Amino acid sequence: MSDDVILETRDLTKHYGGVHALEGANFILRRGEHVAIMGDNGAGKSTFVRQITGVEQPTRGQIIFDGIPRQFSGPIDAREAGIETVFQTLALADDLDVPDNLFLGREKTLFNLGPFSILDYRAMREATLRGLERTAVKIPNIRNKIRNMSGGQRQCVAIARTATFHSKLTIMDEPTAALGVQETAQVENIIRTLKETGEPLILISHNMRQVFDLVDRIVVFRRGRIVANLNKQETDPQDVVAYITGAKTGAEYQDAA
Amino acid sequence: MSETTHGTGGLTFDASRRVWPNELNIFGALVLIVLIFEVLGALLMGQSFLFDTQGRFGSIFNEQRLYIIILQVSIVGIIAIGVTQVIISGGIDLSSGSVVGATAMIAMSFAQVAEVNGHPNPKAVFGPAFMDLPVIVPVVVGLACGLVAGLINGLLIAYTRIPPFIATLGMMVTARGVAKWWSKGQPISFPTDSYAMIGNGLGGWMPVFIFVGLAILFQLILKYTVYGKHTYAIGSNEDAARMSGIKVARHKVLVYVIAGMLAALAALVLSSKNLTAQAGMGVMYELDAIAMAVIGGVSLSGGRGSVVGTVLGALIFGVIISGFTFLRLDAYYQEMVKGAIIVGAVVLDQYRQRFASQR
Repeated sequence: MSDDVILETRDLTKHYGGVHALEGANFILRRGEHVAIMGDNGAGKSTFVRQITGVEQPTRGQIIFDGIPRQFSGPIDAREAGIETVFQTLALADDLDVPDNLFLGREKTLFNLGPFSILDYRAMREATLRGLERTAVKIPNIRNKIRNMSGGQRQCVAIARTATFHSKLTIMDEPTAALGVQETAQVENIIRTLKETGEPLILISHNMRQVFDLVDRIVVFRRGRIVANLNKQETDPQDVVAYITGAKTGAEYQDAA
Repeated sequence: MSETTHGTGGLTFDASRRVWPNELNIFGALVLIVLIFEVLGALLMGQSFLFDTQGRFGSIFNEQRLYIIILQVSIVGIIAIGVTQVIISGGIDLSSGSVVGATAMIAMSFAQVAEVNGHPNPKAVFGPAFMDLPVIVPVVVGLACGLVAGLINGLLIAYTRIPPFIATLGMMVTARGVAKWWSKGQPISFPTDSYAMIGNGLGGWMPVFIFVGLAILFQLILKYTVYGKHTYAIGSNEDAARMSGIKVARHKVLVYVIAGMLAALAALVLSSKNLTAQAGMGVMYELDAIAMAVIGGVSLSGGRGSVVGTVLGALIFGVIISGFTFLRLDAYYQEMVKGAIIVGAVVLDQYRQRFASQR
């Protein structure tokens, strides 16, 4: 496997009892590459993401991340390896402010006294500001509680985690589904910034315009299988819809469909 | 970072929305209640509530009243410090009053003197080997009782996933049973002098000293340690806390253990102060402690509140009880007004929460 591949899955399969939610997914993501995963509801997109983020363990198959075969026992495992996920349901604590949320579960401390370790608020605040700067996320006041923020700001906080922790791969599951026009634009700008700084990204989205605006490559799932792997330059929205609905199947995936 | 003080799109920051600490509101309420008693006192009794207008104490305050106000809330206040943490973590603890009863009985029986006025101690629970023990023995035994009660609460809540209300309700009934069974309902009296110091030392200020010291300690712990941050996080969004890698179950056990041990400490102070332990000690203390926390701005839905708020809530409690005595009103009215204030505090909190989410 070549050095510029950050994530590769081989024959990744997940069965829930008799339901074959994901079947033999071979997927490659290169460093600095932005890939969109598309497909109808129930096509296997979320199942795929749950395997590579450690939320679930695959029935069969291999996950090779950053050159090493991995078996994540949980989301914390995946996060420690460098995979940061922005979940559809935002995993933020409403009553805490921005640095508290970014560092939740991995707080910086001054002295190690077990659970009673003293928090290093200043270091966390400074790291937060650096992370926000790198993603060009603008949050008016990082000491504001999440409760008092708009949907867009919340999404930005969730995304800023990635930059703060120098993660090697960011996965976003429909990051703009619940956002207004301006907020969507802001999140898309952040994604462009990630592209410029060479951070790889997997974006799950139903929004065709957004996908064609942002990513390099589109992978289409249908009925638990990958049915197309399309470079953005060589395809168009009608074509992608044809793959999603099953009117077409990629030449290399004929046997799978 | 001045460039981050403006947002893109609609995300602008209005400095006037800067957060006004809720503790200031509660302090305002406390001042307001004192003022009401001052006015009523001037009109009905012709004397001041808190100030020394008759030159009895040689200071501007009525020191006797101030002492009583804080002393009468400090024992339940110790419990309320633990209850505050439980509620912030999204739980509830109904067992603290019964834990006080059971702990007082058990600890007191390890704190007895051998002889009373030359006669053998008539209330002895154990034989002579357990008489005149150093004070550390009943203190350790008592704190261990609180630890065990808190541990059972915490393990039930964290690992069987039964609601905290049910788990601690069970402990409330069980611990009261233990308190009655321990000496078959007999009160236990005649503690050693050193045990009596826990509640009567420092010229009677010991309970206040312990309450204020613990309040400061736990205010700092909640604000500046990982334990505090995780307690708020779990109460705020338990799923997010779990996804962030916080060991939620283990943390909950710790929170209930701390609450249990604080209730046990309150039992030591109370039984020492009264020089006796009875099976009925601490009845309804759990509700008073919860009420202090709620009046002090601790949100029953979890995630919000502070020990400072609870201390202010406890003082509001003390002022109301003293104020009613001062106005020579029946104790019945006290309870009615207490009830109304508890409900009022929760209604206000809900209103504030809705207002905050609208802006």
